Amino acid sequence: MAYDQLVKAEKGDKLFLLGNEAAVRGAIEAGVSVAATYPGTPSSEIGNILSVVAEKADMYFEFSANEKVAMEVAATAAASGLRSFTFMKHVGLNVAADSFMTTAYSGVKGGMVVFVADDPSLFSSQNEQDTRNYARLANMPILEPSNPQEIKDFMVYAFDLSEHFGIPVLFRTTTRVSHMRGIVEFGDKQAPKCTTKDVESDKHWKKGFFVKNPSEFVPVPANSLNMHTRLVEKMAKITEEANESVKNEVYSFVDGALQGKYGVISSSSAFNYAYDVVNQENLGMDILKLGLSYPVPKELIADFCNNLEGIFVVEEVDPILEKEVLAIVGEYNLDIPVYGKFDETFPMVHEFNCDIVKIGFNKVLSEIKTDLVNVPETYELSDGLNKVVENIPHRAPTLCAGCSHRSAYFAAVKAYEELGFAKEDMIFASDIGCYTLGISPPFETADYLLAMGSSVGDGCGFSIATNQNVMSFIGDSTFFHSGLSPLVNAVHNKNNFVLTILDNRITAMTGGQPNPGIPIDGMGHEAPAVSIENIVKAIGVEFIEIVNPHNVKKTVDIYKKALEYDGVAVVIARYPCTLIKGQKRKKPMEIKDNCVQCLHCVEKLACPAISYLNGKVVVDEALCKACTVCIQICPNKAIGVKKGD
Amino acid sequence: MDKNIDYNIYISGVGGQGIIKTSVIIGEAAMNEGLDVVMSEIHGMSQRGGSVSTELKIGNYKSSIVEQSKADMILGFEPIEVLRGLDKSNKDTKLVFNDFPVIPSTLTQTGETYPDIENDIIANLKDNFDEVYPISATKLAKEAGSVLSLNMVLLGAAVSTKDFPLSRESVETAMKNNLAPKFHEMNLKAIELGYNSVKEL
Repeated sequence: MAYDQLVKAEKGDKLFLLGNEAAVRGAIEAGVSVAATYPGTPSSEIGNILSVVAEKADMYFEFSANEKVAMEVAATAAASGLRSFTFMKHVGLNVAADSFMTTAYSGVKGGMVVFVADDPSLFSSQNEQDTRNYARLANMPILEPSNPQEIKDFMVYAFDLSEHFGIPVLFRTTTRVSHMRGIVEFGDKQAPKCTTKDVESDKHWKKGFFVKNPSEFVPVPANSLNMHTRLVEKMAKITEEANESVKNEVYSFVDGALQGKYGVISSSSAFNYAYDVVNQENLGMDILKLGLSYPVPKELIADFCNNLEGIFVVEEVDPILEKEVLAIVGEYNLDIPVYGKFDETFPMVHEFNCDIVKIGFNKVLSEIKTDLVNVPETYELSDGLNKVVENIPHRAPTLCAGCSHRSAYFAAVKAYEELGFAKEDMIFASDIGCYTLGISPPFETADYLLAMGSSVGDGCGFSIATNQNVMSFIGDSTFFHSGLSPLVNAVHNKNNFVLTILDNRITAMTGGQPNPGIPIDGMGHEAPAVSIENIVKAIGVEFIEIVNPHNVKKTVDIYKKALEYDGVAVVIARYPCTLIKGQKRKKPMEIKDNCVQCLHCVEKLACPAISYLNGKVVVDEALCKACTVCIQICPNKAIGVKKGD
Repeated sequence: MDKNIDYNIYISGVGGQGIIKTSVIIGEAAMNEGLDVVMSEIHGMSQRGGSVSTELKIGNYKSSIVEQSKADMILGFEPIEVLRGLDKSNKDTKLVFNDFPVIPSTLTQTGETYPDIENDIIANLKDNFDEVYPISATKLAKEAGSVLSLNMVLLGAAVSTKDFPLSRESVETAMKNNLAPKFHEMNLKAIELGYNSVKEL
């Protein structure tokens, strides 16, 4: 599908869309004027698509330096009367949280949606925090779509809700909703609008007008007291909306064993599993699906529970809805058991699926009747096949062939070894990006990691707390995201560690977005590239070296000097990511006849293009990116550039 | 048109083999045939040379994860990746897969060994399943014009199996809608070669 179709397609058209693609269409149908993000899986595709279609959709779009900036761009656009959209992964909301919390107080003029993609089972994240907690923390409404069609429809609803009540709206998906594909029927497109003074625009997007009102927008304590009161009043009104909302609906079945006796309350991806199990197993339980799950539709839930003999709460990660239902059962004096995570009907961690829901239902229902739920069975494999399956080799994600991070790690390890430092005296503070893959052998250059930008602050702490040698590694995009302040801290506090900025000229892990170091902005236009070395210099770092890490000897020498330097040493390891399109294809490497199978290259580089097969070292020509590192490190000079075609 | 079709496909392989594209083509073809379809895909960290899988459910489903032992077909782009999906299998599951391995680059570090494809994998699978279709897909893709058409060889093979719910014509139409026109001819040939390869087994 060409992404243009998300803009061009008309009402009634049907496309087979990824949840995140449907989110883009939702933003277009809602008439969004300003969108901003920092890429993070599982939300990244939204930005990738907007960077292509924003202009055609009359939208301003940027990849912001981090999620907090994106939040601020969206908040101010909404305060100026425009519809604004920011989106991020769950942990991105932690970065944005400081500003996010206050946006609930100050409110909005134009609709504002904060789309947050959670990652139960951690397909691509450091934790599985549950964004529904943030709705409670900030006192902000939250919508939870379950599939791509709902993502599209709920987006339009979310903007209307936000604008109507003058409050930003949280929009929570999970990996299985954002990365689910399904059939999506399109609706009408609204033209971008402005809820304040309409002004002329000299750009392709609509401009708003900010009307001053400090009592509304400046949270000094005297103002904030009233802002908080107003927020609570707004949420009380939205509770009424939630009790009536079409996004909170009951799914009933024509027949089934437990009709009228048991019920299910669910939301998001968990609803899909609950629905399929109730349907397939012909259980007949009504399901209350909460699309607008906070503020909690208390009366609706109380009505639903009344006269039931038991309630299942099916939700992924934290038992948030379960707690709400328990509170309602208590408040309304309903004598009904609630089955969820607290009583161990369902697991407290990781994503669900139909099998997990079946097992949970069966724990309770088998007490009533034994054959209500067909618990999942596995097909018994033969011993011979089982033995093979048990020993399947792992296929963990690895640094790509030709990746400059591999070269930098190789040189860093070689440098500390040549200086005679013991491995246990080295501390490697890692960061969020492809380079976290340095955790694996042979490098093992990831000993500690907290969050985006943490490698620099962790370097500060380790260098104070220990006498060990500290090496921090951060990517270019992550450095712009949150590496600057801790580097200021490191210089000012005379910390002593080596910081490598792995500048591969792209935000690689999330699929290749530009960052402030690249001369292109989020809409594909030319933009000033911000120089990493100038920043580092301006901060006051005195040891700065820039190196192409594929030059092994030079990089090792620089690392040796850096490790012996007393103070903050910054090495900028600069070489473009091999996944950047349009790079010239170079001739691959080949193993020469004088190879003695010492396996130095295989073992020290773990390059996907080099394997040891049937007693011979071989290069996979299709994978090889001609970084030449293997040539440089071969003790027998047995690797060379392939001759001929 | 039979709207009661219920068919689950688990597709697995290695990042970069065109698995997601293939799945989208199947899903779009199902939509165009008037069927309900949902699909699950995993992006991000798992794509850096790691195992990749997608799941497609055609029929009356809201959830997109194939249940234990409920796959009607496992479409494997790589031999050991088929084995990783066997908890989704039952005796009647059709196993259609590429017989050419992608050796994990970490074998030397981990000390693991890659199983023998003919004796360990194919022979054992045939002991357990009635319909096992190992295809020389990498070889056929080269024959079609490029190893990049590997995914269309496998798609052609899948379409030719008994009970596959979608017509070859609608799959080819969806392919054309999803891949660049300059590669249509090669990909049609790839589908043809894959289609015939199962028939010849």
